[in-house]
Amino acid sequence: MTLALADVKRIAHLARIEVSDQEAAEYLKQLSGIFALVEEMQAVDTTGVEPMAHAQEVTQRLRQDAVTEADLRAQFQAVAPQTENGLYLVPKVIE
Amino acid sequence: MLNASLKQLSALLADGKVSSVELTQTFLDRIEQLNPSLNAFITVDREKSLAQAKTADELRAKGGACPLTGIPVAQKDIFCAQGWLTTCGSKMLHNFVSPYDAHVIEQFNRAGAVNLGKTNMDEFAMGSSNETSYHGKVKNPWNQETVPGGSSGGSAAAVAARLAPAATGTDTGGSIRQPAALTGITGLKPTYGVVSRYGMIAFASSLDQGGPMAKSAEDCALLLNAMAGFDSRDSTSLEREKEDYARDLAQPLQGLKIGLPKEFFAEGLSADVAQRVEEAIAEYRKLGAETVEVSLPNSKLAIPVYYVLAPAEASSNLSRFDGVRYGHRAPEYTDLLDMYCKTRAQGFGSEVKRRIMIGTYVLSHGYYDAYYLQAQKLRRLIAQDFVEAFKHCDVIMGPTAPSTAFKIGEKSDDPVSMYLSDIYTIAVNLAGLPGMSVPCGFGGNGLPVGLQIIGNYFSEAKMLNVAHQYQQATDWHTRMPEGI
Repeated sequence: MTLALADVKRIAHLARIEVSDQEAAEYLKQLSGIFALVEEMQAVDTTGVEPMAHAQEVTQRLRQDAVTEADLRAQFQAVAPQTENGLYLVPKVIE
Repeated sequence: MLNASLKQLSALLADGKVSSVELTQTFLDRIEQLNPSLNAFITVDREKSLAQAKTADELRAKGGACPLTGIPVAQKDIFCAQGWLTTCGSKMLHNFVSPYDAHVIEQFNRAGAVNLGKTNMDEFAMGSSNETSYHGKVKNPWNQETVPGGSSGGSAAAVAARLAPAATGTDTGGSIRQPAALTGITGLKPTYGVVSRYGMIAFASSLDQGGPMAKSAEDCALLLNAMAGFDSRDSTSLEREKEDYARDLAQPLQGLKIGLPKEFFAEGLSADVAQRVEEAIAEYRKLGAETVEVSLPNSKLAIPVYYVLAPAEASSNLSRFDGVRYGHRAPEYTDLLDMYCKTRAQGFGSEVKRRIMIGTYVLSHGYYDAYYLQAQKLRRLIAQDFVEAFKHCDVIMGPTAPSTAFKIGEKSDDPVSMYLSDIYTIAVNLAGLPGMSVPCGFGGNGLPVGLQIIGNYFSEAKMLNVAHQYQQATDWHTRMPEGI
């Protein structure tokens, strides 16, 4: 698989990372090298192999539907860039 | 005192020969003296550490001490510690003072250990050289022109230079074992699920595992006793009986079966590293062990598989850094989307961005099956190789890293060559197995070489026994860098 500059820009957009044209060109080179390495995987026939998502064969635990957390809003919001009246502030989304 | 084991320090504290305040002061002074050149710590807070030491001394006076009470332990900056700056080596979290403790930190606090400071690391644990930290490169105390390995390079350098009696690390693809090898210390990555990931800033959640880094296997056993344990807040934490990881340290190794994977001694391994590892194995034969050749035929695919799975998980985990709830926010932006894009462009370093982009790509529409699913299938084949190998042996041994510490800057422009330095460690994470690195001598350039010991699931006590017996017969683990 070969990557083009447009692919890098599309990936960067999906990842919400602003890249300049110059950076995109640099990433293109590096990502192409990494994908060349990753291509080695395609040589192996994995028909019938069950994908392994996890190292331990365990299932999610269930717990009682009860409140277990204390209210730490003030502490958590103390490290936020911008808050007001207990809300996180972001630029206006709806006009 | 600098070379004393944790057991010896604990005895000194118990006998009243030294107080935790004095011990902590000694190491804080040493950090003040040597950290400007090594850069092993990101945050040191005398007041906080000494307050904890004072509390530990009081606890001891009241008779409530356990083995780690009053012992200073350096914490990798990936572990959230309440009231401590916790940056994960990133500009993104340059101002993040954690409002809560990681489970590992809680466990150390409960044991009465002292947080000696937060150690430097590759940004978000992504790196094998500690060159990607926002807080600057860490120097290898054995030769300051070389890297200490990564990502837990600050912890490794701190222990190697005796700035801390012990430290914590995390290992996603080798980040405890490779820096331990490159700095001549002992490090253990436990079985996946043994140490809770709660409050440990996530990189690749199905691979990340915290573990101890110290001067010896015996010290690692004491640390793991504190670190391990079930925690319901980590959905992959395993519910198991509490065990004493030091219980088997003294067992003789007569009849131990060591598997030697032929793939670990093939092309790509430096001659000096190969020789030291073979000498270590010869020492094991003297101790009564037998060796048997095993094969891990799919291990050559571990790096490509890892560089699909780990970035995929990272791209998802790191989406939380958006400038809304914590950390960096771009000072100027036009709208919400622009704020995200600028915040992340400014907050992340280039290696982190590369990995997020790889992950985003392999998870994107049209590529998922070819990359992500194929990698998960290969992950199973890699794990099955180990299951097969462990039918013939008790532990597997080989090199931890293909060479001794490399020069700063040598691999930093070539991601692929950097990734290859984890060639012997990554398969262990993919399988979820425990792995250790133990110092076994020095390479041609005088830099430390690490022997890797891989155990079967939940065999940490056995591995620590195997490492400890070697450390009783050799003194590599007691060596420290000159002029430090």
